[in-house]
Amino acid sequence: MKKLSLFLAILFASVPTLALAAGVVEGGSKQAINWSAIGMFVGFVGLTLVITYWAAKRTASAADFYSAGGGITGFQNGLAIAGDYMSAASFLGISGLVYTSGYDGLIYSVGWLVGWPIVTFLIAEQLRNLGKFTFADVTSFRLGQTDIRILAACGSLVTVAFYLIAQMVGAGKLIQLLFGLDYWIAVVLVGGLMMVYVTFGGMKATTWVQIIKAVLLLSGATFMAGAVLYKFGFSPEALFAKATDVHPKKLAIMEPGSLISNPLSAISLGLALMFGTAGLPHILMRFFTVKDAQAARKSVFYATGLIGYFYILTFIIGFGAITLVSTDATFMDGSILEKTRSGIAAIKGGSNMAAIHLANAVGGNLFLGFISAVAFATILAVVSGLALAGASSISHDLYGMVIKGGNANEHDEIRVSKIATLVLGVLAIFLGIVFENQNVAFMVGLAFAIAASCNFPVLVMSIFWRGLTTRGALIGGFMGLISAVVGVVLSPAVWEATLGFAKGSALIKLDNPALFSMALAFAGIWLFSILDRSKRGVIDRGGFDAQYIRSQTGIGAASATTH
Amino acid sequence: MSNDLAGIERDPNYQELVRRRSSLGWMLSLIMLVVYFGFILLVAYAPRILGTPLGSGVTTIGIPIGLSVIVLAFVLTGVYVRQANSSYDGLIRKIVEENRS
Repeated sequence: MKKLSLFLAILFASVPTLALAAGVVEGGSKQAINWSAIGMFVGFVGLTLVITYWAAKRTASAADFYSAGGGITGFQNGLAIAGDYMSAASFLGISGLVYTSGYDGLIYSVGWLVGWPIVTFLIAEQLRNLGKFTFADVTSFRLGQTDIRILAACGSLVTVAFYLIAQMVGAGKLIQLLFGLDYWIAVVLVGGLMMVYVTFGGMKATTWVQIIKAVLLLSGATFMAGAVLYKFGFSPEALFAKATDVHPKKLAIMEPGSLISNPLSAISLGLALMFGTAGLPHILMRFFTVKDAQAARKSVFYATGLIGYFYILTFIIGFGAITLVSTDATFMDGSILEKTRSGIAAIKGGSNMAAIHLANAVGGNLFLGFISAVAFATILAVVSGLALAGASSISHDLYGMVIKGGNANEHDEIRVSKIATLVLGVLAIFLGIVFENQNVAFMVGLAFAIAASCNFPVLVMSIFWRGLTTRGALIGGFMGLISAVVGVVLSPAVWEATLGFAKGSALIKLDNPALFSMALAFAGIWLFSILDRSKRGVIDRGGFDAQYIRSQTGIGAASATTH
Repeated sequence: MSNDLAGIERDPNYQELVRRRSSLGWMLSLIMLVVYFGFILLVAYAPRILGTPLGSGVTTIGIPIGLSVIVLAFVLTGVYVRQANSSYDGLIRKIVEENRS
């Protein structure tokens, strides 16, 4: 506990110093120091550190660390899931996409939401009934522990790594713009706070950081959307009329635009968004924090409502930014404005800043500070959830189950996961700095594609298909994982845009590989399971009935351990 | 343990639970899939349809369609949770009580 207090003291002391240091190097594309933003952000960090301190005192067992002792209620978990899922990429990215191309933003919002009902109907309760800490508990329930844990850990860690890099780079850029901090300081700050939350407070602290962040983000977004609608007499038609009038694309922003290049790409992206949600390890892990299957199902219901509501708000916010930000010279970069004569292209800091400038336009400097602090909090909450999922996969699946064969000492396992968190944190900071000037937009898409092509097929087949064997899951799962990664590397977004090969030279024309990588995964799982004549295969199939009864009734499920 | 399992499998409450939960779960999943991929196919093959104006204003039919997919996702989730709360939990309780040894 002493260590923690020391850490907190250093962090508190360093925040103002960092801000002052940044003041000296101000200039270039960075904003002037925003004191109200820094003040509110320090307030948020202070509050979360107090919670971490509180959670650290109550985190003793492995169950406390991985799943908050199963003591989170359905509603709290719904908020936390929403907090985990509503990343800065979806808040700033979708409102920015609406700002530049209107309707296209809504297509992404819809795609990111429709995975949730599938999670509710097919996964949430079964996951809670069968698992304990990670989704690999479920996939390896009746299959060979070693093989399946390794597969699940690979799927989880690759998903987490790409998602984490995307978040870190986004965080660095955003904080640089919002607070006037240097890029590397921003990345170190995010990585450092993430390590503190997760190593000291485990799932309890992470959950509460996510809950607070979700409440702040939803309130801020509600206020912004409300203020926009208020300006237009609560008439969406009036808002759209003004937006189509001032936007250079005119009426084209009211229909699907150039975002979707070809029909197969659209379907492939749709598959990745829908089924990727049901395979994200940090999201699946949240279902183990509640007491039983009933609470798990309620939590997805609340989460679906909150996330859907949030996406509707971002749509209004994007249109609000078209009408209120693109028409106001104070939010424009003068030199670009002169060249392009378009407020949309000339927005200071790029289209991802649309929501941030809108905050200033509708609520002044103080509200700008609030939204900036919320955006930072959003990143912190998401990276903490990711780090915890990655660390759990290393300590619970690889160390506890593979290396120690399920006989790990609880104390050692927690220590391994804390070390893993620190390693992941340092790695995330390092990769965040390495990828500073790379286009990382494809990484979130890749994370979803891998989740949809490796984690999801194995999970859903293990729950519902008697014929699944260890060999089938292993070969099919790796086929999905490898084909998803290869498919992304050979796609136009990476091969041409990021690696710089000639235009048109990409071997695969789909921007997202889910269409063929998911098909390969399912086909591989099926084929190698039915061809499996091994002894292990007989045991795998024989274990299905007992597993199915438990998944349906919860008899024998891991119970809440805090009480 | 294996005797208990066979007992549960023969329990009419269990059979009813499994039948009702899986038929509702897969049916709702299918509805969501059809609606969402219907939407994506419209975006991919007939974006102009979504760009049809509603009445004389600038609002297009694509806006209510997109928003209804979001609302539908929430409503379907609600239908499942309501059904599960009102009937599956009761069945599970009965199964657990009857098969306690």
